[in-house]
Formats: sequence, C-alpha cells, structure tokens
Amino acid sequence: MALLELSGVTMRFGGLVAVNALDLKLEPGQLYGLIGPNGAGKTTVFNVITGVYRPTSGAIRFKEHSIVGERSGKITRRGIARTFQNIRLFGEMTVLENVKVAAHCRQTADLGSAVFRTPAHHSEERRVDEQSRELLKIFHLEQFGGEKAKNLPYGSQRRLEIARAMATLPRLLLLDEPAAGMNPQEARQLMDLIRWVRDHFDMAILLVEHNMKVVMGVCETVHVLDYGATIAVGTPAEIQNNPKVIEAYLGGA
Amino acid sequence: MTTFLQQLVNGLSLGSIYALIALGYTMVYGVLRLINFAHGDVYMLGAYAGYYLSRKLKGSEPSLVGALLVMLGAMVFCAIIGIFIERFAYRPVRRAARLTLLITAIGVSLFIENAAQLVFGPDPKFFPSLAPRADFLVAGVRLTSEQLTVIAVSVILMILLRFFILKTRTGKAMRAVSFNLDAAKLMGISTDRIIAITFALGSALAAAAGVLIGMQIPKIDPLMGINYGLKAFVAAVLGGIGNVPGAVLGGLLIGTSEVMVVGYLSSTYRDAIAFGILILVLLLRPQGILGRAQKEKV
Amino acid sequence: MKALVRAVALVAVLFVVSGLLTGSLIESVSISPYFLQVLCLAGINIILAVSLNLINGFTGQFSIGHAGFMAIGAYVSSFLSITFGDRIRGVVSFAPEAVQNSLLLLAVLAVGALCAGAAGFLVGVPSLRLRGDYLAIVTLGFGEIIRVFIVNIDAVGGARGLGGMPKLANFFWIYLFAAGTVAVVTRIVGSSFGRTLIAIREDEIAAEAMGVNTTRAKVLSFVVSSAMAGVAGGLFAHYLIYLHPNSFTFIRSFEIIIMIVIGGLGSITGSVLGAVLYITLTEGLRQFAQYRMVAFSLLLVILMIVRPQGILGHRELRHFLGKRRRASEPPPPAVAA
Repeated sequence: MALLELSGVTMRFGGLVAVNALDLKLEPGQLYGLIGPNGAGKTTVFNVITGVYRPTSGAIRFKEHSIVGERSGKITRRGIARTFQNIRLFGEMTVLENVKVAAHCRQTADLGSAVFRTPAHHSEERRVDEQSRELLKIFHLEQFGGEKAKNLPYGSQRRLEIARAMATLPRLLLLDEPAAGMNPQEARQLMDLIRWVRDHFDMAILLVEHNMKVVMGVCETVHVLDYGATIAVGTPAEIQNNPKVIEAYLGGA
Repeated sequence: MTTFLQQLVNGLSLGSIYALIALGYTMVYGVLRLINFAHGDVYMLGAYAGYYLSRKLKGSEPSLVGALLVMLGAMVFCAIIGIFIERFAYRPVRRAARLTLLITAIGVSLFIENAAQLVFGPDPKFFPSLAPRADFLVAGVRLTSEQLTVIAVSVILMILLRFFILKTRTGKAMRAVSFNLDAAKLMGISTDRIIAITFALGSALAAAAGVLIGMQIPKIDPLMGINYGLKAFVAAVLGGIGNVPGAVLGGLLIGTSEVMVVGYLSSTYRDAIAFGILILVLLLRPQGILGRAQKEKV
Repeated sequence: MKALVRAVALVAVLFVVSGLLTGSLIESVSISPYFLQVLCLAGINIILAVSLNLINGFTGQFSIGHAGFMAIGAYVSSFLSITFGDRIRGVVSFAPEAVQNSLLLLAVLAVGALCAGAAGFLVGVPSLRLRGDYLAIVTLGFGEIIRVFIVNIDAVGGARGLGGMPKLANFFWIYLFAAGTVAVVTRIVGSSFGRTLIAIREDEIAAEAMGVNTTRAKVLSFVVSSAMAGVAGGLFAHYLIYLHPNSFTFIRSFEIIIMIVIGGLGSITGSVLGAVLYITLTEGLRQFAQYRMVAFSLLLVILMIVRPQGILGHRELRHFLGKRRRASEPPPPAVAA
C-alpha cells in the first residue's frame, strides 16, 4: 500500500501549466528525491500535496484517503509535514515555542482549560515541552531554546524548520531545499540527519533539492521534473546516466 | 417610469462624484497597497479651496469660465497637498508593516480634519453659486445645470485620466509600479516620482469632486470628507481596488443604489447601504467586480 | 490555589481603594468626582484596549470595528436593566440592595457580553478569511452598520439617546473587570492556544502547515475579544447612565487602536499603558480642545514614523524585571553561520 500516491495531478495558474499530469508513488519509509531545473514545478508539487493549492485535476491519496481539497492544517494532522523553500519561521517566537506550536497540532487547544489552567492543560503542556526539548536536542538546537527564531544563524534556522515540522509527528516529511545555503560540512551533517530521522522515526521523506551530492547520496528513488512533467524516475545511478536528464539540466552541453 | 429615470439621473450624478473620489483611492492602493484614509479629507480641502477661490472672484458674474478656473485652482492646490502628504507622512513608512501604514493614514486624516476645523471654523460654509443656473426637462426627467455639470466634468476628467494612464509614458510607468514596485525600480522607473504623480492626480480629481459638490449642495463643512470619503472607498473596493475602470463602475453603482434605496425604500438606511454592499462584496467576491483574485506565493 | 488567593487579595485591595477614592471608607479622604470619572473611563479603556490587542496585537488581524461590539454590549445590557431590572432584582429581594445591584449588573453584563460575542462570531466567521486590509474594511463596515441600526431602533432611543439605566457600575466593578480582562488575556496568551495565535500572526500559512486550525483560532479569539468589548460597553453604559450612538463611531474604534499602538501591539502591559496614557492626554489637554486633537494626530503620525512598535513593542513588564536576573547567566555560545 503506497503511503502517498499522485495520479495525473495537474496544476494550472491561468494559462501556465506548472505541474503536468504528474504520477508519483511513495512507499512508507522511502527516501524520495524530486529534482529538476528551476521553475520545473517542484515547490508547486509540495504546495499541491499539502493543500496550499487545489490541483486543477488529478487525484492525491495519502494512506488510501483522498486529500484533494482539504485544508493544509487538516492534511498536516493526517501526517504530512513540510518545510518551506524560503524559511517561514515564527520570527518573534522563541526556538522552543516554534517547535511547541507544531507539537500541539493534534490537541484542539481548549480555550477554557487555558484560562482556568486545568490539570489537563498542565499535563498537555508538560508533554509538549518534553517532546519539543527532545527534538531540539536531536537537531542540536537546545542551546538556542530561549532565543528568538529570527535571531538564529541561517543554518540553524533551516534545522529549526525541520525540527518544527517533525514535531507534528508526521508519517511523511516534505523537505523543500533543506540544504540551500549550506556549506559542504553542513550538507553532510544534513544527509546524516535525514537518514537518521528516517531510520529512527520510520517516516518517508520527500526531498526537493538542487544540491546533487545530497540528493544522490541520500535518496533511494529520484524523480526528475522539467516544465512540470516527469522526464525520469529511478535510482540515483540510473538518473545520473539518463540522457534526457542530462539534457534538461545541462542543456545538452 | 419617469421616476425611475429621474432617480437614475440623480444616481449617476451622485455616482460621478463618488467615482472621482474613488479613483484617488484606487490609484494610490494600486501603487502602494495603502488605503489612504486621508483621501476623503483631501476632497474636503478641495471644496474649501474652491470656496475661498470663488470668493476671490466675487463681484464678477457667475460664469462657466469662472467656475472652471475655480475648479482648476482647487485641483492644483490639492495636487500639491497630496504630494506633500505622500512625501512627509507616507514615504517614511512605505516599507513598514501594513498596520503602521494604516495608522499613519488615520493620523493624517485626523490631523487634516482637526486642523481644518481650527483654520476654517467648524461651522458649515456656503458655496457661492459659480455657474449660471438652469433646469432642463428631458423626457419628463428634470436635469439641473449642476447635475449636468457634474456628469459632464466627471466624464471629461475620466476620459483624460484614461488617456493618461494608457497612452502616456508616465501612465505606463504607473501601471508598472502598481504591478511590482521593486521590478519597476529595477527597470529604471523613478518610483518616488511616479508615486508622487499618482497622489497628485488622485488628489486633483478629489478636489474637482469637492468643487462639483460645492456647486450642487452649497453646504460644506470640515467633516464632509468622512461620509463621502468612506462611500467612495466602498465604491473603489466594489469595483476592485487598484482597478481604475472599477472605481468608476463602483462609484456609479454605489451612487445609483443609494439614490434608489432612498427613493423607493426609506432614507433612514441611506448610509448603511454602502456598507451593506461593501460587506456583500467582500464576502462573496473580495477582489471586486473588475479585480483579479490575488494568490499569495508560497 | 495560588490564583484564588491572588484573586481574593485583588478584590479586597480594589474594595479598599475604591472606598478611599469615593470617600465612602474614610470621610475626609476622597478625590474629586471629575478625577474619579477619568479613572473610571481609563478602566473601561483598559478593557477595550487589552481585548482589542488580543485580536490585533497577538493574532495579527486588523480589526477596526471594536466600537460596534462595545455598542452591542452597552445597548443590550441597558435595555435589559431598564426593562427587566426590577424583575431581576426581585429574584434576590431578600438580599441587601448592594447585592441586588451587583447581581443585576453581573446579569446584564453577561447577556451583553454574550450578544457581543455572538456578533463577533457572525462577523468573524465570514471575514477572518480575508486578507489584512480587507478585514480592516469589513470590520469597519460592520461597526458602522451596527451603529446605523442602533440609531434606527426606537426601543433603545435611536438618535435621541438612551437613558434611565441604574448607575450600577463604579470604580470597584470597572477595575475588577479590568483586572479580570488582563488576567484572562494574559492566561490565554501564555497558553498553547496563545502560542497558536502568535504563530498565526507571525506567519499564517506556516501555522496552517504546522497543523493549526487557523480559522477556528482566529474566530475564537475574535469572539472572546468582542465579548470583552461588550463587557466594557455594559460598564460604560451603567457608569455614564446615558448612551448615544455617536459614542460608538469608527472614531472610537480608531481611538482604541491608537491606544494599543502607542503601548505596543502584542504587549498587554503596553495596552494598559496606552489606555491610561491616552485618557490622560485627552483629559489633561482638554482645555486646549481643538489644538489637542491636531497635536495628537500629528504626534501619532510622528510616532509611526519614528517608533512604530510603540512604547513596549512586544515586551511585557516582566521582561524588564526579568532582565536584571538573567544578566548573571552566561550568554549562549555563538555558532558560526
């Protein structure tokens, strides 16, 4: 049973076809890479999966349920979490608070218990606190716990985005260019982290990346897009030797 | 039937006033994404400028030329005021948060209203009659010379504006800035200058509306901009804020509906009509009649 | 338990202070009625400012229709106390008059708040999905529509105004509710729900992506905020014992916005500060009448240019108190970017 399945998904913005009849199948625990030249529609695919955009046509099934037309919040609670290409942290909130917001997602925040500080409220707060601190430790962010997210150095902000997404306890994690702006050492650490997360939490990871070292080094399956359409799907080795892919990326040079 | 046509004419006349003011709102929103709360007060200043200018002309016969000169004078005066407001109140906060811009606009509006009450006195003044009066009866419908003037002048100004925006280089630049300020800057457009011109144009049109209203309803007071300004703003939103033809359409629609409701239903809900329409529009079609739905890029 | 103790202590303190100020405790100790009125209006402003800050400052939604909800609270509670006052009092006719009055006040305030909250729900549900500027316009419009409707309802006096309410509100009640409002909003903001609201303010799309039901959160905070405005309205009505629709124009809504902006959006302490400052300035400069408003609006523009975050920005009083303690801890190690 595929964890995530896209069939014939098309996304049109007026006359522009950003995603063209995309078929994509993701198994539980799989490391799947989505690559393609700029403007190939990769982030749009993310946006369609997570409900930011409603696909013009096509079906999207997650754990056998259709999620087309559902709000992003609901989709996240189903078990799909994401990071953003342009970091979208809650700048004024602390690092710990950023993670806590996500950790709380399935608990319907009850106003009454908040105002009257019931025991249920306290135990939930404790749980969220423990879970969030644990995640910060995993992502080497614990020393920033009380710092405002906007004050963090860039690489740490990227890690925080991932930590925050993880706090929603997803089955599928969508990472949008997580290695952007990282130096080779940081990128290597990221690769280890991604593998570790997949192993430790048993979750599937769908990765959009331009850093080929990271993609080829981490992903089990690589899916190549160009102008919104699939031009190749396969193992890293197959993709690297695929003439169509080479032409799309390097322009036949 | 004649009542209907009569109401229609009345509505078009009122609607033209709203349209002229609405154009200023829409153009400024187009280039700056700012709701210029002070715009209604600029309209008020236009009426007062016309008032003082026409008193200068006192003694001479009411004539069309005199009226035109008064209007032009008021338009120039308000254009300068508009540039002034933009330069000193809005430009420093141009890059700030939306709420900051909103508050600044509110502050400017309150400032103008209260300063006007101080300088002009809070009591209403009466606009002297500028142009020779006459009434026309056409197909059972009564058309006053004031209404004719309002409609005629409005149409001429709107045609001129349309020509300006579509055919001149500055107009093109204005449209470019309204699409993407930063990109326009990179294309070598002096955005500061374009924004100043936008404010000048919008304010001039509002001034014209002020003088026209002064001619029609001779009573003017420092707070007249609040009511008309708000309704003109609704008109701009109705037509699609940022959309120039939309402002005209919206103005005419609001003016006509207001007159119709007052004529056929009751006058007690006159002011609520505009807001009622506004809320319906925003809930059903927030981009307005002619506006384009804007999707935020994620 | 600690909270209960604090609450009881607060009530006791308020009681004493109120008695002192009005001269009912110690004969020779009191302040002028004018001064007392200013204090009471300040208290009502605090409720309005803090409640508006919940939706504007913490949730980041541009609402400029707060006066409308205040009006609903004011008129509903007044209508009730005028029409059913005796009957409600009759329920506890065995109790002393002070208790009867208190019960009446609480009853009408509760209903007023409920109605204001319900209105908040009706306004909020369709509007809160609109973008910033549009929401501002819609709330402005709703505020005006509410006012126009009130003007046209004869049963509440319409354009003539409404009088005849019993003077049930005083310094004690006003500041009790002001303290209550501050306490409730502080609790909300410090809770997980509050974190959700701030997340929405910071980045609504990201908040939604992190599983937050943003619509539900926004509507809830809007309803709470409106209900509190309704309480303020009810207190206002039963303090001044005269209502006129002109007290609830969008100018009033603007005034509340000015208060929270001056104090700092996203700071409860700031809202209290802003409310007090605003009324102090407007009353203190009252003799200068027209000049006062001119100067005030000019200052507002200058404030936006020079210090848009207001006096306190996002900080609360405890940040200043806490800073002294934290200075002794070592700063976090700097990490190379």
